[in-house]
Amino acid sequence: MNKPVTDHAPQSSTKIGAPLGLLAELTHRCPLACPYCSNPLDLEKVADELDTAVWKRVFSEAAALGVLQVHLSGGEPLARRDLVELVVHCASLGLYTNLITSGIGLTRERLNALSEAGLDHVQLSIQDAEAASADRIAGYEGAFARKQAVAAWVIEAGLPLTVNAVIHHANIIRAGRMVELAVALGARRVEIAHTQYYGWGLVNREALMPGKAEAEAAIAEVEALRKHYAGTIVIDHVIPDYHARYPKACMGGWARRTLNVTPSGKVLPCHAAETIPGLTFLTVRDASLADIWFNSPAFNAFRGTDWMPEPCRSCDRKEIDFGGCRCQALALTGDASRADPVCVNAPDHEKVVAVARFRDEGKDETPYVYRQMK
Amino acid sequence: MGVETKIEPTTIPRMPRGVRLKHDETRDEWLLLAPERVVKPNPSAIEILKRCDGKANVSEIVQALAEQFSADPALIERDVRALLNELAAKRMLDL
Ligand code: SF4
Ligand code: SF4
Repeated sequence: MNKPVTDHAPQSSTKIGAPLGLLAELTHRCPLACPYCSNPLDLEKVADELDTAVWKRVFSEAAALGVLQVHLSGGEPLARRDLVELVVHCASLGLYTNLITSGIGLTRERLNALSEAGLDHVQLSIQDAEAASADRIAGYEGAFARKQAVAAWVIEAGLPLTVNAVIHHANIIRAGRMVELAVALGARRVEIAHTQYYGWGLVNREALMPGKAEAEAAIAEVEALRKHYAGTIVIDHVIPDYHARYPKACMGGWARRTLNVTPSGKVLPCHAAETIPGLTFLTVRDASLADIWFNSPAFNAFRGTDWMPEPCRSCDRKEIDFGGCRCQALALTGDASRADPVCVNAPDHEKVVAVARFRDEGKDETPYVYRQMK
Repeated sequence: MGVETKIEPTTIPRMPRGVRLKHDETRDEWLLLAPERVVKPNPSAIEILKRCDGKANVSEIVQALAEQFSADPALIERDVRALLNELAAKRMLDL
């Protein structure tokens, strides 16, 4: 899966509010092998996956806690045989269900069953606008063609479709064409998300990193299409933060809006959080979601602004981006509590500049390390 | 393709599948749920959205709201049109 686009919603920053969204990584199994996948390198095994009854309890606890939207993700959530049953359960709780899928493994019958179960929305990934390149990125022959069929079934079932495309060096010149493909497939919404470097994406950073000029051209192209297609398709654009001035408000701020549950039941504020040393993450077997959300030391570690060092502490953007991404600070500086080095004012900003230069220095054609289970 | 869809008095605004207005018990407020979005509508938007049931047309919605709030229909109509245009552009309402 790729890192999700953060919910846009109002919430006061002073007191701890209830989470709006739950990302349920139902399984780490996946037929595709995308090199940008943000899942951890240590993919969780089938034997460790939560069973149906426990997932249902997790969703019930989430609804009681105030979660409104559940993102059924992975890995590939279709690999779970109990997916329809889980959707029925979520729907009975009034939860908004979003299926985040590669489409591989879906049949028309299963899609219709999911639709009847009360599924609210489907988000389908595409890897490129051109079949050969898309299949090479996915590491799966025929994926591109299969996805076109899946999109048609989604529309036929009357479900709203979002197309998600992760952008990187191999497909960046077709960013605009991916928007056009999404329109042609009947999507009401498209996510053009420049790669964020977590998990497998971090391993493949050199191979994925676009050049500065191509990144700027792609951003301009997509922004122009936003106006052109207003009223037809909503474009959510996640710009490449290595080439930006300020960091993103990762997850809308640490433990502020959403939480993740991994296939084995670990509860995380974001799905790369496990990389941060020194934090202990509880599982859904150890405590209730509410207890973990409000009281666990890991969730409170970077909540709000009190934990911030300078320059964030006295920066007027600290309630806007919350000092950026903790996992990115860790990955680039070795210390999760520093300002996200993407920020031009961060003491470690040079590190980002050096990485962002990979492509422009001609470090070309680094082979992919495809995502795979150990 | 333009943002402004022509809104006639007979236009029936409809919340498409994947968009719902929900009263959230935890926060005790009305929220509009949409793909990857949770939006908190303002009080007048909430009243308008409650009446977008896929049956009432624009003129019926305006009339009902004008009666409910003893307000000038022309002012209500302006608010209704502005909201419908805004949400249609975001694909949260079909016109
Ligand atoms: S390999 Fe690709 S499709 Fe599978 S979980 Fe990762 S990003 Fe998603
Ligand atoms: S200094 Fe910190 S709070 Fe200010 S913009 Fe940079 S990362 Fe954000």
